[in-house]
Amino acid sequence: MAYSEEVLDHYENPRNVGKMDDKDQQVGTGMVGAPACGDVMRLQIKVSDEGVIEDAKFKTYGCGSAIASSSLVTEWVKGMTLDQAADLKNTQISEELALPPVKIHCSVLAEDAIKAAIADYRKKNG
Amino acid sequence: MAIEQNYFILFELPQQYQVDTALLSERYRALQKTLHPDRYAHKSEREQLQAVQASAHLNEALATLKSPLRRAAYLLSLKGVDTDVSHQTVSDGAFLMQQMMLREQLDDARHADDPFEALEELLEQLQGSEAELQQSLESQLQSDDPAVLSDALDNLRKLQFFDKLRHEIERVEDELDDL
Repeated sequence: MAYSEEVLDHYENPRNVGKMDDKDQQVGTGMVGAPACGDVMRLQIKVSDEGVIEDAKFKTYGCGSAIASSSLVTEWVKGMTLDQAADLKNTQISEELALPPVKIHCSVLAEDAIKAAIADYRKKNG
Repeated sequence: MAIEQNYFILFELPQQYQVDTALLSERYRALQKTLHPDRYAHKSEREQLQAVQASAHLNEALATLKSPLRRAAYLLSLKGVDTDVSHQTVSDGAFLMQQMMLREQLDDARHADDPFEALEELLEQLQGSEAELQQSLESQLQSDDPAVLSDALDNLRKLQFFDKLRHEIERVEDELDDL
């Protein structure tokens, strides 16, 4: 199966790979996994006092599409409010990356990861 | 000719997680003989087609019962549990944290002084966790209680992550072998 150029670009030059201190009050951490392929994804956001995502980092163990999906999400959410980021849909990710049907679940995983990170931040700062 | 649909009945094996794989292979070969295309060469086209279909069913049955993961999923489906995981995500934080750590360890093992020893240690750790999950899965699969079966499905999903990790470890070993 051929990867699209967008996937290859994110796969070869992933943006925002890394880890933040998950005990930091300003940091929300989302961990998700896909049993179908065994992929594991960690996505973290750093939120300002105004509720804007200042920074995002990810680490994904999985296929090229899963890495590209999480890389793209970290790029997109920077500068967004939590509500805006929570509205991100996996279809936007899969369209941008031109994911084939068998790889749609990778974009679902990235959507679930950002939602989990937001939920974790809100729980911490509830 | 009709072929038995239930894989366990087909191979005359008890419907449970533990399977005698030697017996399974033996019964498979016996059934395969009865379906061999040569035996149907002079039969009608319809019968030949049926034999081909039965043969495909037999191969699918063998592949399913041979693999512990597929066998567990099949047992759950026989009990009416939906095992389609293609669109599910796992969010058990502690478990995913462990998976993340094991994969980080795998990354580190590549660059360890003795990578093979590091990989071996990782593999041992993985086998220990797998054995625990398989043990509880085995007893859970004897139940018909939906709550217990739902726990079984959880364990099956977890085993799928370990299975993937094992493949990754083997891939790294192969890479190191080629150096």
